[in-house]
Amino acid sequence: MSTRIPLPYTPKVLELFRSPKNAGPMEDADVVESAGSPACGDMIRLYLKVSERDGEEVIERATFESYGCAANIAAASILTELVVGKSMREAWRISWKDVADELGGLPPIKYHCSILAVGALKRAVRSYYGKVGRRPDWLPEDLTIEERQTLEEEKMIERLYSGQGFRIAIALPRSGSSGQGA
Amino acid sequence: MSVGELLRVHGKPPREVYFDLENSGYVPREVVEEMIPYFNSVGYGHPSITHKPGWEAYEVVHETKELLSRVLNAGGLGEFAIVHSGTEANNLAVLGHALANRERRGKILVSAVEHLSVIHPAELAERLFGFRVLRVPVDGEGFVDPEVLRELVDRDTSLVSIQMVNHEIGTIQMISELSRIVKEVNPSTVFHTDAADAFGRVPIDLRELEHVDMLTISSHKIHGPRGVGVLFVREGLRLEPVLRGQLSSERLWPGVENVPLIAGFRKAVELAFDGFEWHVSKTRELRDALVRGILERVADVLINGPSDFSKRAPDNANLSFLYVEGEALTVELSLHGVYVSSGSACTSRILEPSHVLLAIGRRHEEAHGSILLKTSRYHTVEDVEYAVEVFPKAVARLRSISAARA
Repeated sequence: MSTRIPLPYTPKVLELFRSPKNAGPMEDADVVESAGSPACGDMIRLYLKVSERDGEEVIERATFESYGCAANIAAASILTELVVGKSMREAWRISWKDVADELGGLPPIKYHCSILAVGALKRAVRSYYGKVGRRPDWLPEDLTIEERQTLEEEKMIERLYSGQGFRIAIALPRSGSSGQGA
Repeated sequence: MSVGELLRVHGKPPREVYFDLENSGYVPREVVEEMIPYFNSVGYGHPSITHKPGWEAYEVVHETKELLSRVLNAGGLGEFAIVHSGTEANNLAVLGHALANRERRGKILVSAVEHLSVIHPAELAERLFGFRVLRVPVDGEGFVDPEVLRELVDRDTSLVSIQMVNHEIGTIQMISELSRIVKEVNPSTVFHTDAADAFGRVPIDLRELEHVDMLTISSHKIHGPRGVGVLFVREGLRLEPVLRGQLSSERLWPGVENVPLIAGFRKAVELAFDGFEWHVSKTRELRDALVRGILERVADVLINGPSDFSKRAPDNANLSFLYVEGEALTVELSLHGVYVSSGSACTSRILEPSHVLLAIGRRHEEAHGSILLKTSRYHTVEDVEYAVEVFPKAVARLRSISAARA
């Protein structure tokens, strides 16, 4: 096994892992965005249903799908709860730290789970305004910290596959057929 | 964070089955009872001091080595250094060899799937003393190809370390043949084998394994207490202690011998070898039923390691459940009372999946979904049936919310 680290999850993480809220795809979503990848071992897909209320876009419903550890599932779940009923402008202000705090804290090595969840949210917000063809003045052009970190994690796996950074032994092509050392 | 709160929320599942014997496990009552007197009523002295409690302590150390010598057929072949873990035994083998041979240096060959307690000391020997570490590749089931090894060994090869049974995927290496090949090419190369996952599972005869110079054993891998490891060192081998301090009955490891734990280890060895064949066949039957049961009920599962189970340790099962992440699956199974571990990056410090699974060519997403289970004679048919019932439910729930479905 790889080098291990204790992961004393908070009761909230375990509860949401056991009974996640808003899990599953959404058929009539206005926007769907993902962050991470199966190769990273971490991936969140976020579905948002947005409606207009008093001239503002409000997140009416949010669901998620997750491929990841217990913290990843819990972070995605709490994020959907946090954004529902919020305007897009308010949702944009949610940070990875807010998500971690709502979970009662995360082990530092699992911060990237809440970063990924918020990364997916920020991508979804951008994607929504991309679709409607308008950028509100509160939406910056520069990537947020969560979006940058999400990109970083997605790129890391490419580096792993290209053999940089880590020393990964590659099985040599074999001359014989099965050759199980008999 | 309160771990107590986490445990309260987790609750006690209706039934509990522990299959994470790779990472440590329970110690049976008879082993625990064997240890208790040595804390306070007998043998609590220092084994190298001349008084009765000291001699009583020495008796435990001495008798343990005699027992090991019998079960491994090692009479007169060398010594058994008792250290405090399998990790320490592997460190003593690799770094002890490097210290003793630091003037000549040369190459250290380790298989790509070795335990990190072999790989990391080898890399330290490279940094500290200028040895060159080469990783011997393995095939898709974890086997070292004897002919590849023959090509890699040369006159400059100082040490070769290849484990007898892989700790994650159960591959049984042909150590007799591999060690013979190494000595054929270079008789002065030292051959070490980490047998922590072979001891008590596959027969080991050190008289037959004449080319094996060092062999590692770990107590907690055979239901003994944690905190005891053993390194067999063949007579005449040059090895230097790694830790320095007051030597006692051990020539190669300083410090006071942990006699109660050694007494427990001795008992665990007795139990493992009393009816060895029966234990192995029971373990194998349970493992086979477990794997068969899971594969019958869950789709999209890969077997990691030898598919021919006769070439695999009798206790080992390693399965990759596609579209789910292994750490989440360990938590989900835990909530049902089935305790296992994963080679996923999510359980690790550096977010890198198991080097063993990568070395056999598994893709990252396949390694992330891996689950390692080990059976033993202490499991029952009902334990296996319960796990076989729980696995499909656990996998199905996580797949139902997975962002990585096909």
